[in-house]
Amino acid sequence: MEHGSFTDNSAATFSLTDEDHTIANAVRFTLNQDPRVTFCGYSIPHPSEARVNIRVQTTGDPAREVLKDACQNLMLMCRHVRSTFDKAVEDFRASNAVKAMKIDSQDSSGDDSEESE
Amino acid sequence: MAEGAGEEKKKFSIWDLPDVPMGQLLPHLELQRSRVSCNKDAPIHTESIQYSGAYASMGINNSSRLDRFSNNFRVEVVRLNEDDMEFDMIGIDAAIANSFRRILIAELPTMAIEKVFIANNTSIIQDEVLAHRLGLVPIHVDPRLFYYLSENDQPNEKNTIVFKLHVQCKRGSPRITVKSDALKWLPNGSELVKETRNAASDSSSKPETYTYFSCSQETIPEFVKNLIIPKYPDIIIAKLGPGREIELEAHAVKGIGKTHAKWSPVATAWYRMLPEVVLLEDIEDDLAEELKSKCPVNVFDIEDLGKGEEQL
Repeated sequence: MEHGSFTDNSAATFSLTDEDHTIANAVRFTLNQDPRVTFCGYSIPHPSEARVNIRVQTTGDPAREVLKDACQNLMLMCRHVRSTFDKAVEDFRASNAVKAMKIDSQDSSGDDSEESE
Repeated sequence: MAEGAGEEKKKFSIWDLPDVPMGQLLPHLELQRSRVSCNKDAPIHTESIQYSGAYASMGINNSSRLDRFSNNFRVEVVRLNEDDMEFDMIGIDAAIANSFRRILIAELPTMAIEKVFIANNTSIIQDEVLAHRLGLVPIHVDPRLFYYLSENDQPNEKNTIVFKLHVQCKRGSPRITVKSDALKWLPNGSELVKETRNAASDSSSKPETYTYFSCSQETIPEFVKNLIIPKYPDIIIAKLGPGREIELEAHAVKGIGKTHAKWSPVATAWYRMLPEVVLLEDIEDDLAEELKSKCPVNVFDIEDLGKGEEQL
């Protein structure tokens, strides 16, 4: 739902139902990163009601386009985080497996060196 | 000193001040932008400067482009066990990290017992308390193999798991503790028979039960080898005195933590900023050894300066 003026596209308040701080704070962060935005913020009118108002004011571009771009950026960021995370977990598992093998071989060679000393 | 008295006092003019370097933040501003400092009374600079035009007067573009983020972002896993995990995310803002934390707690689906059909409960634990405790028992199953059950759906093998609990304590025997390994998985669905209105219905047809399984869940490939059991077999559910009995059937469905905390997949999830310790002066020799031994987490490391001195 959008409350804005019909004449001025660059400032609008979007009211999202069934949402909370989880998405509102993340969208506000990505909106701030956009250089076309002069003002953005979110508020929760009442904590018992699952509704979020996001206010966007831009330097001339229509506010809904800017919001859509911000959501798209957020999606791409999360996708990148997901792939980086998966790769990091894989690398960790692989390096742990290698470490376990190395410790085994070190133990056996350590015994040999002790005997020689 | 005599020379100082002889010098003329310089006139202070603002045109003599060095130019504000354009294109690069002054070091104290960079510190303010990227670090949270812990002062004696409270941490300062906690709000991150997100506004894209914040440093516009100095000619710096504070907007973070997606490509810069993709290049700078790193994840390092510190610890990974079956039950817990710790990892560092470098290059991400607190807002996104907090969203991940909130999603982990509230919006990841799991399976948990929702409906309990109690046939017989003569124990001292009330029905509703027993049902509540059963709901909190974690079940060892992958929730991605199941669909959500809505009000209009019928419970079938794709969205329900059925457990049965039948324990009794005979007269004369000591008290027994009912632990979660007493929950038996019924892969063929419910065994409780629904009472139908017309008693004149066909006696040859199968009696209607509370679930409509079209095939046994054992035939689903993922469950052939792994039985569905509660994750921990030693959770105490109830205690029975002599002569008491509990007989019930529990149906587990898929849900998210927002509806009820029993569906939250994590015990908890938290994040904190990565701490950076900056020593204000060089510490050498014995003091360095003492400082290193005091830290319980072994944060400090001593490097030899090469001359026999040790520097932290």
